Amino acid sequence: MRVLRSWLDEFGPISRAARTPERLAEVLTSLGLAVESTTHVGAPVPGVVVARVVRTERHPKADKVQRVWVDAGDGERHVWCGAFNMAPGDLVPLATLGTTMPDGRAIARREILGVASEGMLCSAAELGIGTGDEGIAILPPGLRPGRDAFAALGIRPDVVYELDVTRNRPDATGHLGVARDLAAHLRVRFAPPAGDRARRGPRRTLPVRILDRRRCARVRLTVMSGVVVGPSPAHLQRRLAHAGMRPINNVVDATNLAMLETNQPTHAYDAARLARGLRIRLARVGETIATLDGATRTCTDDDLLICDGADVPVGIAGVMGGLDSEISATTTEIALEAAWFEPSGIRRTSQRMALRTEASARFERGVDPLGIDHAVARVAAILRESCPGLVVHAGAADPRTPHLPRPRRATLRVAQVGRILGTPMTAAAIRTTLGRMGFAVRGAGPRLSVVVPTWRPDVAAEIDLIEELARHHGYARLGRVVPPAARAGALSPLQLRRRTLRRAVLALGASEVMPQPFLDPAEHARAGVPDGEALHLANPLVAEESVLRVSLRPGLLRAIASNQSFGTREPFLSELGHVYPRGAAPAAAGSLPDEREHLCIVRAGADAGEATAWWAELAAVMGVGAQLDQRRVPPGYHPTRSATLARGPREVGHVGEIDPAVLARYGIEGRVACLELDAGALLAETPRVPTARPVSRYPASDVDLAFVAPAGVTAEALRKALRTAAGALTEDVALFDVYRREGERSLAFRVRLRSAERTLTDADLASARAACIAAATRLGATLRA
Amino acid sequence: MAPVHPLVEEVRAALEAGRAAIAAAADPDALRRAAAEHAGKRSAIAGLKARLGAVTDPEARKEAGRAIHEAGAALDALAAAREAELGAADVARRVAGEAMDLTEHLGARRTGHAHVVTQAWERLEDVFVGMGFRVAEGPEIETDEMNFTALNMPPSHPARSEFDTMFVEYGEPGSTLLRTHTSPVQIRVMREWDLPIYAVMPGRVFRRDTPDATHMPVFHQIEGLVVDRDVTFAHLAGTIEAFTKAFFGSDFTSRLRPSYFPFTEPSAEFDIRRADGEWIELGGCGMVHPAVLRAGGIDPERWSGFAFGFGIDRMAKERHGIDDLRDMYSGDVRFARQF
Repeated sequence: MRVLRSWLDEFGPISRAARTPERLAEVLTSLGLAVESTTHVGAPVPGVVVARVVRTERHPKADKVQRVWVDAGDGERHVWCGAFNMAPGDLVPLATLGTTMPDGRAIARREILGVASEGMLCSAAELGIGTGDEGIAILPPGLRPGRDAFAALGIRPDVVYELDVTRNRPDATGHLGVARDLAAHLRVRFAPPAGDRARRGPRRTLPVRILDRRRCARVRLTVMSGVVVGPSPAHLQRRLAHAGMRPINNVVDATNLAMLETNQPTHAYDAARLARGLRIRLARVGETIATLDGATRTCTDDDLLICDGADVPVGIAGVMGGLDSEISATTTEIALEAAWFEPSGIRRTSQRMALRTEASARFERGVDPLGIDHAVARVAAILRESCPGLVVHAGAADPRTPHLPRPRRATLRVAQVGRILGTPMTAAAIRTTLGRMGFAVRGAGPRLSVVVPTWRPDVAAEIDLIEELARHHGYARLGRVVPPAARAGALSPLQLRRRTLRRAVLALGASEVMPQPFLDPAEHARAGVPDGEALHLANPLVAEESVLRVSLRPGLLRAIASNQSFGTREPFLSELGHVYPRGAAPAAAGSLPDEREHLCIVRAGADAGEATAWWAELAAVMGVGAQLDQRRVPPGYHPTRSATLARGPREVGHVGEIDPAVLARYGIEGRVACLELDAGALLAETPRVPTARPVSRYPASDVDLAFVAPAGVTAEALRKALRTAAGALTEDVALFDVYRREGERSLAFRVRLRSAERTLTDADLASARAACIAAATRLGATLRA
Repeated sequence: MAPVHPLVEEVRAALEAGRAAIAAAADPDALRRAAAEHAGKRSAIAGLKARLGAVTDPEARKEAGRAIHEAGAALDALAAAREAELGAADVARRVAGEAMDLTEHLGARRTGHAHVVTQAWERLEDVFVGMGFRVAEGPEIETDEMNFTALNMPPSHPARSEFDTMFVEYGEPGSTLLRTHTSPVQIRVMREWDLPIYAVMPGRVFRRDTPDATHMPVFHQIEGLVVDRDVTFAHLAGTIEAFTKAFFGSDFTSRLRPSYFPFTEPSAEFDIRRADGEWIELGGCGMVHPAVLRAGGIDPERWSGFAFGFGIDRMAKERHGIDDLRDMYSGDVRFARQF
């Protein structure tokens, strides 16, 4: 919403009270009408004078410019001009030699084709008095050539504020509401410009029938005659342009100006077209209407239409008028429609048609149901400037339905103001502050009865009134108190474990990435991940991102491929994030999918052994364990180089290498080691706190044994067997060498023995050795000589 | 003065010969041989000791005995000193031979890089924990009820359309969605935690936004919720100010200006001012709306509260001067490596 300082001043001495334009911007922002930009317009440009076009002439060698002779009261002079929209006799602004234009350009004698230009003719935009892109500004007739153009036009400097008006301030999309707020805050007189007080014509009533009394609760249809359609006066055109709207003609401009001022949209029809009045009804499914913008709109039965007496649509209620009911150059009588429409209905239509207009934006927030008469009077007052013979006819139809909002009543407890704001206010202060904003306060406390004006449909409850008081008191004056910090802040045990886990993953060397959790419908399959439980988005941005991931693997595989394509051959990546499988339970009201937190680590150029080493490290850091079951090959993993990490029947992760077939689909080079964990489950565990054991003071003895292990006997199985066999003196059994030759695999273990009470004897070692060999033999392994 | 006994003269000669031999020993073996020859059991000095009995004059015998003892001790000391000298030289030689260029290492293993969002997230958590807050979490897929209705946005509330919600095909159409803000966690905390509540809720949120330099469909927010007896707007302003100084630095300050959110009232935007005087919009805040307290099962007549929230990604963006948010989510290690 753009507001003009000059316009605000028509409601009271606002800019004087605010002193400077900058301070006015601060006040607006402090009231919650955030100023997004401040633009100074209409500052006079000394040296720009009124000049009369004497004659024009094309130059045979220059087709982009023409020669213009003008008279600025001191004889003819010649200028070159790049525009062609002026004719002899027109008055135009001339920047004389030596003028400095608003953009900083200095006007000097310039030559084109050897002929000098004694100045420059200006467009409205060049002078900062309009947005026009229609060539040189043609000034109204009657101005004296040679006069300062700004003085002659009555242009004074002004300031345009672009406001970001929040949804709860439907009143602030009009100057009236903004000025009311400012006047209340600055404590100055507030008096809106008067409506049309001129003579009223004889009764002319065009009938109005409201067929949907909920969606449309009031329509006033006023006939005005004596209309002469033409351009608006220049100062009104400038005002419209500064407010961001394009001047059309005096009738449309008057409705737009009245809307920008009062916030009430109105629509002017040619009265001849509405001889049988208006009918307001819901559209029929598929009914079409050609709108003012030239488009043909197809309606649903939730769209409200304005129809003529013959039931032919002449407009989409609250959104846009129809093409064939537009006033024309020959219109002399208009029927002005001003209505109150139910806001959410307008919003639905506007959204459905993707058609947001100045009118719909206001109706969907809620206009003042009691502001209609004033708005009509203002249209007439503004229109009378260009139509001195305007007659406003009495007898306007103005049906209302019971759904028209009425002033609401709310209760405000005085003590509640201090309780919420921390700044107590007296009943008297509350009455004064709210009173300035147009709220009527009755009672003296502790409970006040407040009548909420109809232009504030957002205010319904006590807390809304407290917000109004806070706004006008000033947020900055409400004080700052830090709540007493007697509480102990802390991360939860799970959150602390998450940080431990993340640090451990970083320590492995993996960098953290966050790919998008939305996948292409085929992506899970591409990564070899079963997607039976994958959820779909109902309204994805694009089809390629329409499925929610059930595994972190696809995202990381894509990241590997992408990194390799940019020259990082062996990226080492991790992600700790959510996956969103549907879950086994059927969806019930209020239930949610089986969302889980997962960890995935991948490294290109690394093998399964490295992935198992990651698992060993993380398991140790996190104090958790799991069986590594290589018989259960996780989908998408290398068939002979992967395992499921399980705790009994429950899977807690996968470890190994990615299936070469998957890697080929992603175009990834080399092996990819991968570890996936159900991080949420691991984080939720609370590992036993270890109890200290005294360390032995006696030396350790190592027994090294190498076995040739048959296929199917894992190193871990052998290690466990040795551990058990070596007996109570065993401190550790570790695989320290693997040797392969001719299909045979030799595994070398170091069994470390130690006693807490004595130095071990040769006999101890011999018996442990024998027991280990026997145990390995039982598994089918043979001792290597 | 009595003449020097000839035996003493011999001792002196033997000492000199031993000293020369020990000094001349160039390696540990030579030293061992020299020490044995000149100070050992079969050395000249040992031989002189055996002849001591033949000296008849008690004074002379005493003098010769002392000379023999002193010479033996001197040669032992010389041998020890020479041994230490040779040892040091040996170490020096070995050290000189193993010189190494310490810049010669081949790409040692490096710790990975935490995501910039994670870094900002944890820094924010730490500041709030220091201010007495606990950290709450909630699911990223939420019900429409938790994401909107409980936050004072019943169905058909106009503000809903501003959230560009992505809905999930689960349960009744429109019932399940990717949370558009972390605010539903407020409701969960109000329903599940004991009062009073001092909580912050960092998390991942979703909007149906086409990715560009300043928007991502997936991003992160942190919000705070305080519910206690007699909590006022002044406590909100005080907490925002305390956070601003703790997180950004003591030369930063904050301000609140009126705004609108359905779930708070009075509502405010909060801006922070840098030392250079420039104001930066940071986030939204306000007193928890009574309807939201009620939705959380809390009696707004007995308790009051405030809430605030802002984007985590933007913190990372500002801190590191990241021009394009998409870079943060590209998964490119060349980007991750920088932080």
